Amino acid sequence: MRIPHSKPTITIIDYGASNLISVARAFEHLGIQTQLSDSPYDITQATHLVLPGVGAFGKAMEALIKKKLVDPIREYCLKKRPFIGICLGMQIMLEFSMEFGDHKGLGLIAGKVVPIPKTGKDGKPHKIPNVGWRSLVQYSANRVWDNTILHDITLKSSVYFAHSFRIIAEKESDRLADSFYDGIDICSVIKSGNLYGCQFHPEKSGPVGLKILRNFCCLE
Amino acid sequence: MSNVRLIARLDIKGQNLIKGIRFEGLRVLGDPQQVARRYYENGIDELIYIDTVASLYGRNCLYDIVEYSTNNIFIPFTVGGGLCSVNDVKKVLRAGAEKVAINTAAVRRPELIDEISKIFGSQCLVLSVQAKRRNNKSWEAFIENGREPTGLSVVEWVQKGEEMGAGEILLTSVDQDGTLNGFDVELIDAVVENVTIPVIACGGAGSPEDIIELVKKTNVDAVAMASLLHYNYFSIDEIRNDMSNHDIEVRSIENILYENTP
Repeated sequence: MRIPHSKPTITIIDYGASNLISVARAFEHLGIQTQLSDSPYDITQATHLVLPGVGAFGKAMEALIKKKLVDPIREYCLKKRPFIGICLGMQIMLEFSMEFGDHKGLGLIAGKVVPIPKTGKDGKPHKIPNVGWRSLVQYSANRVWDNTILHDITLKSSVYFAHSFRIIAEKESDRLADSFYDGIDICSVIKSGNLYGCQFHPEKSGPVGLKILRNFCCLE
Repeated sequence: MSNVRLIARLDIKGQNLIKGIRFEGLRVLGDPQQVARRYYENGIDELIYIDTVASLYGRNCLYDIVEYSTNNIFIPFTVGGGLCSVNDVKKVLRAGAEKVAINTAAVRRPELIDEISKIFGSQCLVLSVQAKRRNNKSWEAFIENGREPTGLSVVEWVQKGEEMGAGEILLTSVDQDGTLNGFDVELIDAVVENVTIPVIACGGAGSPEDIIELVKKTNVDAVAMASLLHYNYFSIDEIRNDMSNHDIEVRSIENILYENTP
């Protein structure tokens, strides 16, 4: 995929997420202009929208509500323009989360957010959070990565995760890539039309992550 | 066993990368930005920057390398040294660091661990512990870069740290630091078996064999290396390949090109 000649400006939602600057710098490293904004107008008018996120689900939703950004984000997504949620930003795209009580999410993608099981496939306890580099695999062989944010990404490339909760997407067709933590299935990339979510941090995943962000800029 | 993370630790004094032996006899080794960039391009999984004199002067001088890393190095990095308030932590995280490491300030005021983890999440808080062996299977925690004893037992201190909200432990053996003689395996095992959060083993790594031995004997999650890499004894590739040949899962970096100009 190629970045269009008239390079897009990437709008990054500024609602207090601490990875905001890292995400912006990664795009800028690719020669892409970024705009950090908490203005409802900028969000509805964006051509490419990014929802970063680190920390707790409830607090992040609270911040979006307080800044009156929930409806503008939904309105933007209805236009079918490219959107990506990163880590907690991905989790917020779902309908609800069971993190420290039930919280409603943006409901852009059908499904929920649940804790990573406390034991691995072998029944033995493991460390939570899941921190480190895991490989990207296809959930099923018929999921094609071409012309998505995973365009030209080599199967089993490693990306960086740091999370305690995982998403359960209702529709299997929304699962673009998976990863495994101690044998536990983690949905690592979701896609519904032009809406994407990454459970890992592309901005901290070296050249592979940069390529994913670059692919995002190529979406129209 | 899931992926063992390979971390490079850069101790920084003023504008220089430095390294000593058992925290003493510090040698100046060059420009930390260039070295960090090289490790990134050679496939290191994570970086740790420690300002070694910050807690003595009460300020952290790492803002230059934090800014440089945020703009040029796209892997997680941790910043430590002299951070003593929620505000200090906020500045470093907002500037692009993934995590902060706290030692002296946490010993002096353990509530700081709780405050930081409640605001920014446990995942960003690394409790840094400098351990000196006292006698058979007992270790004491030190602060101020291995200079000042605290009277705290390392195992009890890390348990308390976890309870208060630390998300990870950076465990440095002061006795092994810079010696290239291998890890204090007993120390690392004692800590790993007494906490449920990830542990980064630091101090003594001299060869891939040292790392392989540690990973086989303990449930350690990550290893931090300094002299081994700074003096070019082994490359990150050699270490990763040796580990992989011993059936240790590591990050796959095949087919990756580190381009400077995309």
